Amino acid sequence: MAKRAIRVIDSTMRDGSHAMAHQFTSAQIASIAEALDDAGVTTMEISHGDGLGGSSFNYGFSAEPEENWLRAAAKVVKKAKLAILLLPGIGTQEHLTAAYDLGVRVARIATHCTEADISQQHIELAREMGMEVVGFLMMAHMIKPELLLEQAKLMESYGAQCVYVVDSAGAMRPDEFKRKVSTLRGGLEVPVGAHCHNNLGLSIGNSLAAVEEGADYVDGCTVGLGAGAGNTPTEVLATVLELEGYDTGIDLYKIMDAAEDVVKPIMPRPQVVDRASLTLGYAGVYSSFLLHTYRAAAKFNVEPRDILVELGKRKVVGGQEDYIIDLAAEMAQAQEAAKKNS
Amino acid sequence: MADKVKCAILGSGNIGTDLMLKLQDSELLDLTFVVGIDPNSEGLALAKQLGLETSHEGFDGYVKQHELADIVFEATSAKVHMANAPRLKELGKTAIDLTPAAVGPYVVPYVNIGDVLDEPNVNLITCGGQATIPMVNAVSKVTRVPYAEIVATIASKSAGPGTRQNIDEFTSTTSEAIVRIGGAEQGKAIMILNPAEPPIMMRDTVYCQVEEMDQEAILASIHETAERVRTYVPGYRLRIDPVFYDDRVVITLEVEGAGMFLPKYSGNLDIMTAAAKAVGEEFARHRLGLPTGAGVGTEVSRG
Repeated sequence: MAKRAIRVIDSTMRDGSHAMAHQFTSAQIASIAEALDDAGVTTMEISHGDGLGGSSFNYGFSAEPEENWLRAAAKVVKKAKLAILLLPGIGTQEHLTAAYDLGVRVARIATHCTEADISQQHIELAREMGMEVVGFLMMAHMIKPELLLEQAKLMESYGAQCVYVVDSAGAMRPDEFKRKVSTLRGGLEVPVGAHCHNNLGLSIGNSLAAVEEGADYVDGCTVGLGAGAGNTPTEVLATVLELEGYDTGIDLYKIMDAAEDVVKPIMPRPQVVDRASLTLGYAGVYSSFLLHTYRAAAKFNVEPRDILVELGKRKVVGGQEDYIIDLAAEMAQAQEAAKKNS
Repeated sequence: MADKVKCAILGSGNIGTDLMLKLQDSELLDLTFVVGIDPNSEGLALAKQLGLETSHEGFDGYVKQHELADIVFEATSAKVHMANAPRLKELGKTAIDLTPAAVGPYVVPYVNIGDVLDEPNVNLITCGGQATIPMVNAVSKVTRVPYAEIVATIASKSAGPGTRQNIDEFTSTTSEAIVRIGGAEQGKAIMILNPAEPPIMMRDTVYCQVEEMDQEAILASIHETAERVRTYVPGYRLRIDPVFYDDRVVITLEVEGAGMFLPKYSGNLDIMTAAAKAVGEEFARHRLGLPTGAGVGTEVSRG
């Protein structure tokens, strides 16, 4: 029997941008893109961590304009398709058109899991330009499978050719992933994808659960380079999928080498589950809040985990990085007041 | 009672209806006429109850009785206002535009209203713009601001289909106005929708990169500006003391609506109707030959 094909989309150069505090250089992008292309990765996503146009005070400024990254990758890639991420509200149709002009042919349009209707213009424009379009429903742990399906159907109706269950907080467990993927599979005509974070140490388990339930697209980042505790490591994902009898088209030695020789040497910190990133998964908080929380915690002398747990309670969503400093300052003021009273 | 200037509202949806209620106690504007397109709309029913003239025939309905109003608040959609704007101009009306059409120059009460009082058409930018541009301006009055960025987070429930389908309009219009009206050299705007229940209040963060970090002067200007904005949007407040670090000032704001027709959490809509009223009253003072300039943002406009 022919092995079922799974499309692995590598996001080292997009979700990894969070872990790099958006400081990728064009030279680094070129070397990563070349290695991934050579390893047989068919689609690679390149953008600021918060998508096109994300370079800002709120999310961190990129070391170089995204156009430089895309140009650098386009120059070296022979077979793979280039993809971008775009979050309506942050990036605009103008960014999308500019990316198309640089050779990008896959547009991933992301919204919070309840707000799919803000993606219509962007999905339609990308389709009109002839791009392949993926809908990305972030923070999917926050809503029930049926509601997630309603939102996925909206994206499908605008023209998305695949819709992702995105566990931005790394908070989902395999059973939940299965329920959500199977609900989407049952209700959509288009394929379903899975994007996992490793905050609870479950990125591979969740990816496999999703594939078993029929997800045809899975995201990875080499060495797991990504927000929070990182993403599903592409090299591990490709290995596990091959062992399980799926066809990814990825050369295992080459992807392992790309991880070990190209990506690992440029990583500013090891990609591990530490107490703060574990707390992201525990509290259900957007993974890219991690480094911003460390900075705010240091500035205001409060415990990072307290900030994260409180952000979770207040149901803060992706993109609300500005809330972190606000909350840290509020907690510091409360600490001061408590000290004075004691 | 002093003379008032007669005005009409085009659009009997949420925004038009909230504005209708806000104008009831105005000492400068006499709301006479509300125009919609749905004879069964709640807004038109309410207008009738208040004894106002109504029409459900859209712009044609207004034209039939245009002598009822000299100032027209446009609370329809960008597309509709684009079509109406030239006709309003022909009729010699002053249009105060709450849609993203931006036919006329941008206006933020207190910041630049003195510059636009002879314009036939002014535009209220966006909700995020009304909330944050006063703060960008507060900082840029003290020191050069090479770059300013704002993040507006609003409750999902308070974002209507118009906003949702045209989210790029929000970011591009607001960014432009941060520069033109706020006084920053470059601007960026971000909008986030949060679906939490109960719905969150509108929250805004303003980041200004500054050339000279004169904390005392910047703080004084911020607090003075917040006080001025509160004269027409009482629920406008700083969430925490502004934070200074590196070369930037971070100002976090919350806008609680007045809770007249719209729920209190939709401060984003409230600040639009409150600003529209403040702008309309300043135009009225101008027409009536009353002192302007100091007007908006002082006790007078409390209405």
